[in-house]
Amino acid sequence: MPVSVANSQVIYDALKASGISLLSALPETWLVHLIRMAEDDPEMILVRLAKEEEGIGISAGAHLAGAKSAMLMQNHGFLQSVNGIVSLARLYRIPLLMLISYRGEMGERDPWQTEGGSVTEPVLRALDIPYERLEEPGHVRLRIRKAQALAESSLKPVALLLCRDLMWEE
Amino acid sequence: MLRIDALRAIYPSLARCIVVTIMGAVSAELQSLGHRPGFFYLLHSMGLASSVGLGIALLRPELHVVVLDGDGSILMNLGGLTTMARYRPRNLTHIVFDNESLLSVGGFPTATATGSDIAGMAAAAGVPRTTTVHTLAEFTAAFEESLGGNELTTLVAKVEATGPPVYLTDLPMLENRFQFQRHLRNLRTGQG
Repeated sequence: MPVSVANSQVIYDALKASGISLLSALPETWLVHLIRMAEDDPEMILVRLAKEEEGIGISAGAHLAGAKSAMLMQNHGFLQSVNGIVSLARLYRIPLLMLISYRGEMGERDPWQTEGGSVTEPVLRALDIPYERLEEPGHVRLRIRKAQALAESSLKPVALLLCRDLMWEE
Repeated sequence: MLRIDALRAIYPSLARCIVVTIMGAVSAELQSLGHRPGFFYLLHSMGLASSVGLGIALLRPELHVVVLDGDGSILMNLGGLTTMARYRPRNLTHIVFDNESLLSVGGFPTATATGSDIAGMAAAAGVPRTTTVHTLAEFTAAFEESLGGNELTTLVAKVEATGPPVYLTDLPMLENRFQFQRHLRNLRTGQG
């Protein structure tokens, strides 16, 4: 499975450096190493979800309880979470750092991922969620730190798109 | 059993707890008994009150968290029962007021009206202690037991489908949210 271990490690280290102490996640191929890293890290609380929208609630609870958290999910999981984003994170001004694996872009070979690819950014824009792409390891640390800073200062959701060129080696 | 009577019975004990409620009658009735800074009313995002409670319980094991849920709400997040059960925080009591209806939107029956068993589903999800109660005495005893029991509990209270005349209160959502967060912070630093 050519998911990049090295780049997953860069992402994970950047999350740790940003003070994230809870990660909620639902597995998907590109996230396997990130989830294993969280699993092996005794300092990280990993919450394995049944469905992604739960993670919005858990991150809200974490924020109210005084901790920084992030969510790991596929773009289809983001689409699944829209009501939680609107009527919890936005309504209650909850900082929410979402790392979204961006399936269905150029290079996608799985036919079932393609529709999600074409609507992810339009939905992010419709929800007025600031987002940036993570495409190469060199900018990962800074972009994660900046996204986390904006989420905390604006008390709103912020998204980072984990792109094919960063996550997949072929 | 009336939900307001059940809330009144446990209201003194809730002073020692962090409370997360769903929207609608539960939120309005708890506030009618007297708001406290440790009460958070989630006035939308149905289904997620239990997830918010789980997040708090996992990060603040020194606090006892009580989620006041409803049948309509938990039916929207049944997967959340499996997540709660997977981590089974010992400091979480999950109360489900089951009036077998979506009271605030016209009283249409939920699936518990035709036999779906929330305590049974919670038990099957792996929640270590589950029970369904029908009387105030049973409810109060089961709640007090869960506070001292040191085990994740889902307590389903069968209640009548009646509620307050209005659901809107004079506590704005964001005031509640920031006060609650500050309260949790003060409890950590010993100023609470």
